[in-house]
This record gives sequence, C-alpha cells and structure tokens, in this order.
Amino acid sequence: MDPAFILEAFLRILPGVPLTLQLAALSLAAGFVLAIMLAGMRLSGIAPLNAIAWTWIFVFRGTPLLVQVFLIYYGLPRFVRGTWAWPYLREPWWCALLALSLNTAAYTAEILRGGFLAVPRGQIEAARACGMSGFRLLRRIVFPIAIRQAIPGYGNEMILMVKATSLASIITLMEITGLAQKLIAETFRAIEVFVVAGAFYLFLNFVITRAVLAVEFWLSPHLRDAPDREAILRPALANVH
Amino acid sequence: MVPFLELMGFGPRGWGAAMLAAAAMTLAVSVAGFLLGGVVGSLIAWAKIAGKRLVRVLADGYTTVLRGVPDLLVIYLFFFGGSAMVTAINRDWFGGQGFVPVPAFLVGMLAVGIVNGAYQAEVFRGGYLAVPKGEIEAARAFAMTRAKMFRRIVAPQVARFALPGLGNCWQLCLKESALISVTGLLELLRQAQIGAGSTRQPFEFYLAACVLYLAITTVSGWGFAFAERRTRRGVARA
Repeated sequence: MDPAFILEAFLRILPGVPLTLQLAALSLAAGFVLAIMLAGMRLSGIAPLNAIAWTWIFVFRGTPLLVQVFLIYYGLPRFVRGTWAWPYLREPWWCALLALSLNTAAYTAEILRGGFLAVPRGQIEAARACGMSGFRLLRRIVFPIAIRQAIPGYGNEMILMVKATSLASIITLMEITGLAQKLIAETFRAIEVFVVAGAFYLFLNFVITRAVLAVEFWLSPHLRDAPDREAILRPALANVH
Repeated sequence: MVPFLELMGFGPRGWGAAMLAAAAMTLAVSVAGFLLGGVVGSLIAWAKIAGKRLVRVLADGYTTVLRGVPDLLVIYLFFFGGSAMVTAINRDWFGGQGFVPVPAFLVGMLAVGIVNGAYQAEVFRGGYLAVPKGEIEAARAFAMTRAKMFRRIVAPQVARFALPGLGNCWQLCLKESALISVTGLLELLRQAQIGAGSTRQPFEFYLAACVLYLAITTVSGWGFAFAERRTRRGVARA
C-alpha cells in the first residue's frame, strides 16, 4: 500500500464518478416510470396486459444484465440501421442506458406490485365511502401507502443499479469501473485500485442508504412513538413559574 | 446469413453443441461458486452470531464491502491481483521466471463464491435468528452437547428458514457467472461472443444465450420451490 499511488488512483478514477451517477440516476428514473406501467399492467386484471408485463419481468429478471447489454449493443443494430433509432443505438451510452432502464423496470415493477398489494382493503373502501374514485383515490390513498411500503425494497434496487452501472465499462464507457480496469491493466496493482474504486462505490451506496432511511423515517410518522408531551410543554411551563 | 434454428442446431453450420457445452460450464462455475459461498457464508454468519467484538466487526465489514461493491470489480481484483500474487510467490519463493496466470475457472469460482458468501451469510444469520429460543433452551435442558444441538435442532430449521433466501443467492450466482466471461473462461456468454464474432450474427447468439439462461433459472427455480415444499412438510401454515 503506497499512499502516493493511492492518491494517484483516486485522482485517475474520480473523473468517472459523474458518468456512474448519470447512468444510475437516469436509468432509475426511466425505469421507475416503466415500472409503474408494468405494475399497473400486472394488476389490471386484463389477461393480455398481465401476460405482456409478466413476460417482460420474467425475461429481464431471469437473464444476466450483461447479456441484455450485449443483445442491445451488438444485436439490435441490424434491425434499426437506417431508422430514427440508429443515431442513438450506435452510441454505447444510449445502449447502456436502455439496457439498465429496461432491466431495473422489471425489478422495480415487482417491488411496486408488492407495495400496491400491501394497501389494506379497508383504506380503499373507506376512500370510496368518502366519495373518492379513479385518479383521486390513487393519488391520495393508494400511492402514498404503496410507495411507503415499497421504499426499503426500492432502496436495495437503487444500490443494485449503482453497482450495475459498472457493466457499462464492458461496452467502452469510462465510468468508475472502466477507469479502474484501465489503471489495473497499466500498473498491475489490482489491490490498491480495487480499494480506491471500491471506496467510491461504498461511499455512493452509503449516501443512498442514509437518504432512503431518511425518506422512510419522514414518510412514517404514524409508526413512531408519540412525542413526549411534557418535553414539548417544558419551555412553556418554565415561563409560568 | 444462417437461419436461427440451423445456426443453433447440431448440423455442420450449427453451434448447438458448443452452446450447450458452454451452458454446462456456466452451471459448473455457478455451482462451484455457490458451494464455496455456502462455506464462506456459514463461517461469516457464525462469526456474526457468536464472534467476539473484533470478529463481529470484521464479519460486518466483509458483508458490507462485498455487497456494496460491483461484482465486476471483485472479478478484476481476483483476475489481475491473483495472477500478480501467484507470479510474485513463484518468483520470490521458488525462483520461478515469468508470468503465471491463475486458471480462469478458479478465478470465477473464487469471485462468485466470495461475493455470494456475503449474501449467504445474511441469509443464514436470518435463518438462525428465526429458530425459536425455547427450542434451544429445551435442547440444553436435555443436556445435548453443542454439536448435537446444532445437528438436531439448529441446522434443520436454519436450512428450512434459509431456503427461499438461498434460492435468490443461487440466481445471483448464475447471473454473476456471466461476468466471468471477461476473464476468458469459456462459459455461455463467452461462447456467444465467440460465435457472434465469427458468424457476424450477434443477435442470434445473444438471443440463444438469453434462452439458455432463462431455461437454467426457470428449472432451478422449480427445484428450489420443490425443496421448499418438501422442507415445509408437517409445518402448519399461518
């Protein structure tokens, strides 16, 4: 372990962080939108829609992400060459983003479906009794409860996605793992480079874990102990005397 | 351009046999990694449950790091770091010359096993915590030795509680084995890359790889579901 080399590795790998973050954030966002659609199709009760969503989830969860990346990056060009999609699918960045988004959509859809199924029936009945229906019922009652239920699972998925962006390095994108691999190939100092690159991922994942815990805490006031009334009143009582 | 079924068939232009052999290699490296992960995972779970403070901290560090770092980085660590280490040992202790590569299968098994061990440790720990305390006390009251208590009371129940989680770990193993293709091990994805390169029909080869992976995950999923049903015989459902 040579401090000078650790510092050099840190400075060499640091420029890859924005690309890692960009791929993770964009694919999570796109995947989330797709996942809401897929979860909706699964729960719609309409057989063809359910079958399509089930197949999507089955295929994307049952095969390695790297195969999906290759299928899109190497396999699709034959079909899209000359169409509007070609300028995008020619770029590894778009291919990686597409593969990551489609993949995380499948996992997220199942997490969301679990959240929707956990909404108590009584809550929906009560909302209907109050005259809510359709989108208002979803917005006010179903979504908030479902999202809160799904947060721990979704936090895991966010961490998996940060790790999954490392596969983009295999199709030439120079994010954290890509730069680390290049540095190892140049210097053959695998252990030091692993420590530095690993530290970047651990830091990102630590921040995500904390943020998810904070959101979960913020969204579950009903599960916390009631505030200590005396502690709240103490300043006021002090003034009385 | 060769039609898909002929390309993946067993005729003179068919790659079917090569793809099936590569799928067998995928299975072999996954099973080896999964078993190694079982050994590593039970040791780490033991350290977490019964270890002294320092041992517990180390075990926690192990699971945190290996679950928080991309698998690909771990594979690079073993692939490049392992060869560098073996080369250095060969040079310093045995006076050998030149670069000594580590066999790709060994790198794959180690990388998959070390990472999967971190996941399996958490599964085993969860399974152990689910064993009712009263049963352990009852076993003590019968004056069972620790080994006998482990064999008769703890292990069978941990196996039952851990089985669904282990099924997930096995699926992770299978998917991680695809990353071993970067080391050149001739497993399913590497074979698909080779076929795609030499026939210029990448879509067919990656599609076939997808189908084979799906077949493996589906059949092993059935296997785990069957095992779960068997271990739950005689257990009342809540």
